[in-house]
Amino acid sequence: MLDLSPTDWMAIEVTLKLALYTTLILLVIATPIAWWLANGRGSPGVRTAVQALVALPLVLPPTVLGFYLLVLLGPAGPVGSTLESWGLNHLAFTFQGILIGSVIYSLPFAVQPLQQAFANLGRRPVEIAGSLGAGRIDRFVTVILPMTRGGFIVAATLAFAHTLGEFGVILMLGGAIPGETQVLSILIYDHAEAMDFDSAHRLSFGLLIFAFAVLFIVYAINRRFDTVRL
Amino acid sequence: MTRPEPDTLRIMALLERPGFALDVDTAFPLEGVTALFGRSGCGKTTLLRIIAGLEHPPGGEVHFRDTAWQSGKTFIPLHRRRVGLVFQESTLLPHLSVRGNLLYGYKRTPEPLRRLHLDEVARLLGIDDLLERRADQLSGGQRQRVALGRALLTSPDLLLLDEPLNALDTQTKREIMPFLARLSEETGIPSLLVTHAPDEVERLATRVAFMHDGQLERLEPLRDALARADSPLFRDDGAVSVLQGELGPADAHGLHPFGPPEAQYRVPSTPGATNGAGRRARLRIDARDVSIALSPPQDVSILNIIPVTIESLDEAPGHHGPARVLAVCRQDDGQTLMAELTRLSTDRLKLQPGARAHALVKSVAFLD
Repeated sequence: MLDLSPTDWMAIEVTLKLALYTTLILLVIATPIAWWLANGRGSPGVRTAVQALVALPLVLPPTVLGFYLLVLLGPAGPVGSTLESWGLNHLAFTFQGILIGSVIYSLPFAVQPLQQAFANLGRRPVEIAGSLGAGRIDRFVTVILPMTRGGFIVAATLAFAHTLGEFGVILMLGGAIPGETQVLSILIYDHAEAMDFDSAHRLSFGLLIFAFAVLFIVYAINRRFDTVRL
Repeated sequence: MTRPEPDTLRIMALLERPGFALDVDTAFPLEGVTALFGRSGCGKTTLLRIIAGLEHPPGGEVHFRDTAWQSGKTFIPLHRRRVGLVFQESTLLPHLSVRGNLLYGYKRTPEPLRRLHLDEVARLLGIDDLLERRADQLSGGQRQRVALGRALLTSPDLLLLDEPLNALDTQTKREIMPFLARLSEETGIPSLLVTHAPDEVERLATRVAFMHDGQLERLEPLRDALARADSPLFRDDGAVSVLQGELGPADAHGLHPFGPPEAQYRVPSTPGATNGAGRRARLRIDARDVSIALSPPQDVSILNIIPVTIESLDEAPGHHGPARVLAVCRQDDGQTLMAELTRLSTDRLKLQPGARAHALVKSVAFLD
């Protein structure tokens, strides 16, 4: 069953690497955004705008996102040309490029569970911890994190799983360079295009099982943490 | 602005929100319990939050003793102000045990500043047996006591209590009150108590700040607040007197003497109450339970007949209209005793301010 080709293995490695990096970056970025959306101060208008912006990847065709990122990060785009003028490479058709793409594409999947968890938590425990002498980082580590770890687990898993299923953005922005930007979903497409249905099936079925397992775990965790919350 | 005096909490704040404005400029003495009393929405909680540093109104000033907590560009964040906070709803950290909760602030308090320790605080609050329990296994009253203990264990310079008894039922409230009453006396930590319940003020406060519509209308000692007929404390449930005094040992009839000889009561001890002899106690007397006689009656069942001077006669607070009169009487020890009478009896007895009379006190209740 598992007689995968070196190209297959390479695609699996790129995919896992991409999903892992995306998840780590997202946890760092999404946490403050989610906290601000849930418990922050500021005008409701600005907050609604940010909320809509974060949710955009949910409704936008990935090709639209990929297209604009290609324009932005490519050699002629503002970001890509600036990088080139500094003697660096532009980001189209690179691993870094698709990493930026996946971070944006999976952002709502990390922000929304965290926002939900932070909203349930409210400001009160943090205020109490502050009155007990805990500074910002101390409060995050000893109060927010343990009280919302269900939200963090769900956010991380969803971001990871959603990145595995990414196709449109990478197709537009990354092409299919083996070992660099050729991820599983792209490779499956290429196998099917080449009428290699056996290979396509092997990878597809593996992905299907993996995705189910991940979602099963997420929902199991979600249930458990919801019942423990005070 | 004048230089802040030592040993006061000086606060000046202007805050405008849609439908609400707070405008306060005052100084609270840092001694005993100061009650912030007012209806909900009057701004008392907002004032507390400004003092804690949870609200940051531009241009506001908060000076604790001679330390600026907020002044111009200076803003000391909550975790460096050394205040203990207790809110009305349970705020225990659910992932920690009772011990973990109690020690959370203690561990973060620099060692030289620790004046209170786990054992004594746990004993003071009666939570020694709960230390290994999980926070979610406690009753509401136990949780509030742990929250209080946790705040105390930071050895704070100031305790801020935001309606700490509000979410509790009457029974639980009664169970916690004695702990709160002992607090400031035994720890010496000044506290600000936000409340809208007159009984909490009567029981716990040293002085009262009356708040109305975002303004602090008056800051006065509890005794003065209870000595005027128009006191906001009487608005809903009518006038009461709160007498402070020493409780003596029980006599042959099981009655304890209370107060000095010139205004002495004899009171039964209520079972279960912590009114052991030889300690200071507060006695609460409903003005409706006090009658007035011009000469001391001989053949009545009432035990407590106290000589008084009538100070003033006003319309009684509450919703009685002109039919009832509140007589503010001065006992010979200087304390105030209120009597609620009908207009008819006032006229019949020809009561006038300055007249000597006898107050017949039908029933008393202990506050401690």
